[in-house]
Amino acid sequence: MDASMITPFINSIQNVFSTMFQLPVEIGEPRIKADRKASHDVSGIIGVSGEMTGTIVLSMPRDAASSIVTLFTGMEFETDSADFADAVGELINMISGNAKAEFQRKSVSISCPSVVLGADHTIAVQSGTPCVLIPCSTDCGEVVLEVALREAEAEIETSTAAA
Amino acid sequence: MKILLIDDSKTMRNIQKSVLKQLGYTQVEEACDGQDALSKVGAFAPDLCLVDWNMPIMDGLTFVKEFRKTNKTTPLIMVTTEAEKSRVIEAIKAGVNNYVVKPFTPDLLSERITETLAKCAVA
Repeated sequence: MDASMITPFINSIQNVFSTMFQLPVEIGEPRIKADRKASHDVSGIIGVSGEMTGTIVLSMPRDAASSIVTLFTGMEFETDSADFADAVGELINMISGNAKAEFQRKSVSISCPSVVLGADHTIAVQSGTPCVLIPCSTDCGEVVLEVALREAEAEIETSTAAA
Repeated sequence: MKILLIDDSKTMRNIQKSVLKQLGYTQVEEACDGQDALSKVGAFAPDLCLVDWNMPIMDGLTFVKEFRKTNKTTPLIMVTTEAEKSRVIEAIKAGVNNYVVKPFTPDLLSERITETLAKCAVA
């Protein structure tokens, strides 16, 4: 996965957090994630399809997620409530949608978001798709954006070569 | 002024509702997808609709196409994460009057609502 797939997500999380609730995001060094275990216990997940396929995850510790959702909505919710999940889902939806617009000349669609809560959950992604973890530091705590994407053409070429 | 908010996210409906309240619009009905919206437009008779694009059951673009079959005049504003130029053109061809990309500031949404209502009042 090259930088052109990662940069839109870095720009997008900074744009979404600053525009919607004036929260600056400092980006750490992106790295390949070795395992499928969720980085934190709250995960907002979006599926990507079309000319690029894969999964985008916003993973947050419960406390950080709670503070961010409060800033975003102006209300305090229990972390196991539907309203909390809705807000986390909308965040990853905006981050993914905003990033998608930067993929020039690529027809890409995103799914409706899903939200998973709980310690030590795992998120299955397509086998063979590398996952890049982008550490993000905010005044509400450390969160991560996980980008597991590949070009659909590469998938077709691999299948053809294997046949 | 009656406004219909169509978005599957309650969070986004609440954010938009608070912007509308600041603009003095309090007659607001909510729908969680295009089908829900179509079932409400008859009785509620909105003067303006704010429509999300990506929703389960019926998406916003399908709603716009269906709504415009019988209503050519009520202003529609698409409020969505779909930011590509091709999507904006597709929405305008389907019949939306204005377009707001998420994320947005309250000021931007207010501006687009005011601008749209002014344009449609003149037309």
